[in-house]
Order: sequence, then C-alpha cells, then structure tokens
Amino acid sequence: MVPERLRAAWVVARRDFVAVVFSKAFIFFLLGPLFPIVVGFFAGMIGASVQHDLDRAVIGIALPANEGDRLVSARAALVDTMPGGAPEFQVIERVRPGARFDARAALKNRRLAAVVSGTLAAPVLTATKGHSDEWRGMIALFASHARSAAPAPLADVRTDVVVTSAANEHNGQVVTAQAGQLLLFLLTMLLAGMVLSNLVEEKANKIIEVLAASIPMDALFLGKLFAMLAVSMVGIAVWASGYGVMVLIGTRSIPLLATPAVGWPLFLGLGFAYFSMAYLLLGSMFLAIGGMANTVREVQTLSMPATMMQLIVFFLASFALARPGSLIEWVAQVFPISSPYAMLAYAAQHTGVMPHVIALAWQGLCVALMVRGGALLFRRSVMKSGPARPRRRGGKIAIEVAG
Amino acid sequence: MSNAADLAALRASKDLAIEAHGLVKRFDGTIAVDGVDITVPRGSIYGVLGPNGAGKTTTLRMLLGIIDPDAGYRRVLGSERPTEVARRIGYLPEERGLYPSMKAYEAIAFLAALRGVPLAEGRARARTMLEEYGLAHAADRQIRQLSKGMAQQVQLIGTLIHNPDLVVLDEPFSGLDALNQGRLEQLIRALASRGATVLFSTHVIAHAERMCDQVAIIAGGKVPFAGPVDVARDRLRPQVRLETRVADGLWRAAIPAEARCDVRATGNALWYFTLPETGVEPLLRALIEGNAGILSLSIERAGLHDAFVAIAGEAAARALEENREEAQSVSRKGRR
Repeated sequence: MVPERLRAAWVVARRDFVAVVFSKAFIFFLLGPLFPIVVGFFAGMIGASVQHDLDRAVIGIALPANEGDRLVSARAALVDTMPGGAPEFQVIERVRPGARFDARAALKNRRLAAVVSGTLAAPVLTATKGHSDEWRGMIALFASHARSAAPAPLADVRTDVVVTSAANEHNGQVVTAQAGQLLLFLLTMLLAGMVLSNLVEEKANKIIEVLAASIPMDALFLGKLFAMLAVSMVGIAVWASGYGVMVLIGTRSIPLLATPAVGWPLFLGLGFAYFSMAYLLLGSMFLAIGGMANTVREVQTLSMPATMMQLIVFFLASFALARPGSLIEWVAQVFPISSPYAMLAYAAQHTGVMPHVIALAWQGLCVALMVRGGALLFRRSVMKSGPARPRRRGGKIAIEVAG
Repeated sequence: MSNAADLAALRASKDLAIEAHGLVKRFDGTIAVDGVDITVPRGSIYGVLGPNGAGKTTTLRMLLGIIDPDAGYRRVLGSERPTEVARRIGYLPEERGLYPSMKAYEAIAFLAALRGVPLAEGRARARTMLEEYGLAHAADRQIRQLSKGMAQQVQLIGTLIHNPDLVVLDEPFSGLDALNQGRLEQLIRALASRGATVLFSTHVIAHAERMCDQVAIIAGGKVPFAGPVDVARDRLRPQVRLETRVADGLWRAAIPAEARCDVRATGNALWYFTLPETGVEPLLRALIEGNAGILSLSIERAGLHDAFVAIAGEAAARALEENREEAQSVSRKGRR
C-alpha cells in the first residue's frame, strides 16, 4: 500500500502539474528559450559581418619599382601554407629611386593595418606593436621568397595524427565537466526559481487551510516540488526535441565534447539524476523561503537573493573543478546544494560509479530533510503552529511555553 | 475525581467524537485560547458560540490538527493526531478558498482526492452531488466564473463529498442569504440524522439555539460553559409576567421582594419577576387563595441569548450582537 504521505503528495502533484501544463502561460514558458536563440542568431549575423570587416586587414606596400609586385606574388604563392592565412597586400606606391616614402603618414591617412616600405633587402614594417610582432616573421619570409630568383620548394612535412594524448584527453574531460556544470546550472537557474512563488496561490486563495487540515504539510511540499520538477522535465524534453530537429535540418550542430570518463550513456543518466537532485534541493529551499512570502511582490523581492545564491553555488563547484583533490573539491561534493554540480564534474573525469551512488543517496536524504524542515517552518511561521518560542524582553528571556 | 482520573475517563470514552482538555494557544505572546475543554458526543450537532476574536477558529484549527496547541490534550475520532483521521473529517474554513481556474466538479473531486477518494470516483460523486444541490449547470464552469454563493456551495459539497464522520464548519452561515441559510440548516440536520457529528462555530445565537444539541460558549479564549443547550438555558430561572386586579393583599408574600411592579390607572398591577425556586404551584396557590385576581400569567423560559449574557457577560453579548449586525450588513451588501 502506498504510504499516506506519498499518496497525498501525488494528489497535490497531479493537480499542480495539470494546472501548469494545461495553462496558456505554459506555451510562453516553452517558447522562452526560443527568444535568446532568435536574438543570438541575429546578433551573431551582425557580429559576423562586423568581424568580417575588421578581419580584412590590408598591408600597404610602398617599395621601389616592381619590388612591391614581387612581394605580392610571393604572398600569393605562400599564403596557403600559412596557418590562419595572411592579410591582403596592396601596392600603394612604387617608390622612385632616391625618393622617401612617409609610411607613418600613409598609415594615418589610409585604412591600412600596416605599411611595408624600404626595399626587399631591408624591408621596414610600420605598424602598431601588436601587428609588427605578429607580421614581422611573415614579411621576412615573403621578402626572402620574393628576392630569390628560384625559390626553394617548401619541405613536405609528413604528419602522424594521433586520436588523443593523455593531456588532451584530460583537458577535454575538464571541458566536458565545465559544459555539464554550466548546462546543469542554466537549467536549474531557469527552472527552480518557479518554485519560489508556488505557495502564494494557495495562501492568496485561502485554500491552504483546507490543505493543511487534509494532508500532512510535508506531503504538500513534496507534491508541489515534484509537480514543478515534472513541469521542468516537460520543458527540457520539448527544448531538447526542438534542438534535435534543428540539428536534423542542419541549422545547429551538436557541440563536440570529449567523452566523459564514465561514458556518454552513464554521464547523461547521471546528468538527469543530478539535475533532479539539484532541482529538488534548491526547490525545497525556495519553497520554504517562498512559503514565507504573502504576495507576488514579496516573491519578486526574494528572487534576486535566490539567484545570487545559485550563482555562488555554481562558482563554488566551478572553482572546485580547477582544484582536483583539494579540500574545496571535497566541500563542493559534500555540501548538498553544490554536490550535484561537483559530482557531475567528477563523472566527467573519473570512472568510479560508487561515489555517485553515495552522492545521490546523500542528496536524496538532504532533499527529504529540507522538505521536512521547510514544512515545519511553514507550519510554525505561517500557520502559527507549534509551541510559542521564547521571547527576549528587556534583556531577559521570557519563556512563554505553557503546560 | 482527580485531573488524571478525568483525563483517563476522557480517553476511555468511545462515544465522543471530540475530546479536548485544557487547550492553550498563544500567538506572539497573546493568549488566543486559554484552557478550553470540549467534549462532543458522536452524532450530535455541536455549536461553538462566541463573538469574533473569542478563540473559536483557533480552537477548531487545533482540533483539526492545522495547528498544534501549546498545552492541553485533544482526541478526535479516537486519535490524538487529528491529521491521521483526516480522511474521516470534512472541514469548511471560515475563509473559503478554491483554485479559481478549476472547474467546479474538478475542484470537488480534488477535495475528495485529498481525503482519499479515487479521482474517477470523486468526479462521479461530484457530478451527482452538484445535481442534488441544483448546481448541475455549474459543474463544468470554472470557480472564477461562479458567484460567491455558488462557490461557497461548491466548497460545502467538497467538504461532504467523502461522507465524513465528523463535519467541522467554521462560520458556515456567514455570507449566505436567508434561503441558503435555511437550506444549510436542513443539511446539517440531515448529516446528524445519518450519524455524522457536526461541529460548527457561529456568532449567531439563533442558529445554535435552533439546531444544536450542545454548545460551548467561548469568550476571551475561555469556555465558561459547555454542555446541552437546555442546561445553558436552565442556568437562568424562568421569568414571570403577572397581571393582577389588585396591587396588594396577603398573596404579596409569595412574590419575590425584588419583583418590579407597574400599577396601571385602572388599578391593575403588572408584575415582572424571576420564578422562585419553589416553582409555580406555591405561587399560584397563594395568588388564588389570596384573591389576587389573576388577569394574565406567563412564564417564559430563558433563551440561549439570555443564558449567553448570564454566562459570558454583557460585554461578550454586546460583541456578539455587533458581529451579527455587521454580518447581516455585509450579507445585504453582497446580495445587492
């Protein structure tokens, strides 16, 4: 037989889930992530266009007679072997013998990234410090190539490509861990905040009295928490499906990440479990905090500190990621709120499964304790239940508990 | 009998739906309920009577387990933890509340599900009961689309949907027009006749007087009286109104010294006094044998209102009257 608390929690969860998922507002909730994607798409297009213009650096060539043309030819011959390519070369003047060319003035008056003057034998590169450091070697190579009558062919370097190296694999897994943490953080930040306002409706509609008389308060908390988790799962499923469709039609690609230490299937499974735990842990805390609020305005006031707290937890887990084996990593793994983030990072870098079993059990226990604590707090401070607390009056403590 | 023995007797009792002894509740240092004792027999209609702020709602909330008392003992339907028997209790709070976006029949089914009725069965029962209450047309309408009175009736159905053994109604008549108040009275009687215990709070003495087997009078967080309505009324001696042809004679000795007498122009005398403890027969004998010339004689038993004044005091009675007038004015405004 299902325990009474779970049965009651199921009744509450079912009502809340249906009320949220079958509301018009839920459609906007599902469309929410679409807005940053659309904004990001247009911003990306504009940014790419601007970047393209910025990246088209032109180096002006002012060399005697046909030396400039030879330098341009040398560039054309070698540019394909240069990693990252080379800036455009443009002959801006063929300097007559004995004449002087003012490269600084040319740089000031024209849209040029640098100017090469002097001769092929002794080229002068006029540019900002960064550009001169960057292009000095390239100009020397092109000038040498342009000067020699029969340029020596470039040596053919044979390549021996390996799949990965130990260092590469470790770095890749760290990136996977970071990506996992970031995704977990974004999802919990987006979704767990909804729980803050969850009890305001019951309080505003006065239905809280009937609920409190009918079912245990922790069943109410548990039901609300799982309803919102289920709502979040629906949201994630819809968004993931949407992303999948975009990948299929080719507008998006799957980010290439190194395979986590536990393998992708287990990593994704753990990701799901840790998201649930992170959501339930934060949610139970938000529910308890939000339960103290009487109005939506109060909830809004509370949401900023709540977000800040999430950020701190995320930073703790990220900080711990860069310090493997340290006390801070251990703290991040044990501290209930940061534990899901830290343990997901652990899954990306270590093969062991048992630590995850222990961590999930610990997190589950913390969820149960926090739900119970939240319900107790709610009963005491909102429903005004439980014995009166000692009050401090005039420096003395007056015990007001009767009986 | 000692307190411990009293308590043991209370605990042993099986015919009581509710037993509470010495309930105390403080809010922020203020005593809301101060040692309340209530025993509600199974199958009875029990009224908790008192002005606003007397501690009625706090007492009910403690009995239902919504809040825990700071001190005292409570036993509801045989359990010291009322939430454990919540499935057998129906509760209509003073501040009514339902989810506005739910349809009426779904809201009722939800309240039933909270009390352990499977959802499908709750939905079916909800439709049947809405029909019985003449609200079939409202079944598929959202709560926010219903009038206040209809929403209140929907909540009442939700309170009774699971056939509770104990029905607790906090100020059930407030906000209802006279017609619906009458219907509610009938419903409460019907519940009691099928064996359910009904406990309701009210500040309208007439409701309690008409319906209750027993009442608890609450004033200032205390219960100065709890017991059968007749016992409360018997606390006051009946009032006698006597009209005699003459104003004086030997029979005067049978009339209490503190009696008020108005002598009319015709010489007839009107007497008002409390019936002596010896009863009506010696008085009648003295009047007849003394040739008082009885023109009229009426003996009125004290009403619950008088009993309330005598038990709770003038101030509490005045507060009760003000609450009633206030409620009537709100009800009239609501109807307009």
